[in-house]
Amino acid sequence: MNKKSLISITDFSKAEYLRIMELAADFEKNPNQKLLEGKVVASLFFEPSTRTRLSFETAINRMGGRIIGFSDAGSSSVSKGETLHDTIRMVSNYADLIVMRHPLEGSARYASEVSGVPVINAGDGANQHPTQTLLDMYSILKTQGTLDNRNIFMVGDLKYGRTVHSLLMAMSEFENPIFNFIAPEELQMPHEYKMFLKEKGIRYFEHKEFTSIISEADIVYMTRVQKERFADPIEYEKVKNVYILRNCMLNNTKDNMRILHPLPRVNEIHTDVDSNRKAYYFEQALNGVFTREAIIAHTLNLK
Amino acid sequence: MSDELKKKLKLKVSAIQNGTVIDHIPSENLFKVITILGLDKVNNQITFGANFESQKLGNKAIIKISDKFFEDDEINKIALIAPHAKLNIIRDYEVAEKRIVEVPEEVNGIMRCFNPKCISNFEPMVTRFKVVSKAPIGLKCRYCEKITHEDQIVII
Repeated sequence: MNKKSLISITDFSKAEYLRIMELAADFEKNPNQKLLEGKVVASLFFEPSTRTRLSFETAINRMGGRIIGFSDAGSSSVSKGETLHDTIRMVSNYADLIVMRHPLEGSARYASEVSGVPVINAGDGANQHPTQTLLDMYSILKTQGTLDNRNIFMVGDLKYGRTVHSLLMAMSEFENPIFNFIAPEELQMPHEYKMFLKEKGIRYFEHKEFTSIISEADIVYMTRVQKERFADPIEYEKVKNVYILRNCMLNNTKDNMRILHPLPRVNEIHTDVDSNRKAYYFEQALNGVFTREAIIAHTLNLK
Repeated sequence: MSDELKKKLKLKVSAIQNGTVIDHIPSENLFKVITILGLDKVNNQITFGANFESQKLGNKAIIKISDKFFEDDEINKIALIAPHAKLNIIRDYEVAEKRIVEVPEEVNGIMRCFNPKCISNFEPMVTRFKVVSKAPIGLKCRYCEKITHEDQIVII
């Protein structure tokens, strides 16, 4: 079997991103393609993640595959002290593909080295979550008709948010993107990502608030500003309302502008935004199923 | 003490007929160097000393190994903890060749990842790093993708 794992977003080339987008559109037209008939997929969730797990398991079911696995480490042999190495060696004897989520960073890369079958990383701690990035890209492509020349606003926790980091890396492969980073002092985009953009000659701007500039955005990517990220609770209280998106802020925004959020949302997008046609986060989650069907088909060379 | 006397005393440190002298090792890393090079597991005659005066390092350690010659990739492993180390290759009591150590492109199995949440700090596995900068040293973990900086290097 051709062993092609997806661990980090940078494991895929631009051509592969486009191939996944093409396949996702195909699965959206017809989600029930029985390409996994007779195949077993291991769904190993060493930490709970209901949304990601259900999205993957829906994708696998729609493709006609069988699922084995567990939804938290407590119900696996990990609770007996088994190493990740041994769990993966064993499971890769049983299954044709492994989908895994693990709290430790780098666990998915290590698993892909140990496993005899492809591994899809469904999140390894704060490190990578590439299937989220691909579904974000598919959502951008669907709503904008292109991945080129987009002005992307990233709002909230840009320091710890792995989804914004991976999206930045992936979108930088396309023509002429512009990034606007809107974050409190404590949660700014890390230096290494800004250096990366500089080296590639990609424009980016940093702001402390976005009410005055939101009219320029094609995509507003919201993330949650978590209280526990602040050393000083007073600092949190000062900024907590600056990074909340409200319906009244959307009046002068572009017609094609769409709001994305990896979910779960807490209060960073006011519920009065939900009924605005520019709110796209729930459709974005549905796109996750089609994108994951596409990723599975691609890693197993099924299409 | 006169310079002449110092020279004489230095010469008393047993000279070797054939082998390698590794000079300019930071004294505090002497035993780590010995471990990394596997010198604690060989039968060659070895002399080592620490806390010698050094203009460059303040104080330094020296190792002399008889009948042992290192390959580049073998000796470059010590570059992380002894970046200024110099090698004198001795043949028939004469310095036949001088070499310096170079930071390698990859560093496998000799240091820990600084990230406490990295899988490599939990599983019995070989750590793997790609050197992303050489001065100061920065090493990117193959697994968690975080960069361990020079001052964070811990040898296993």
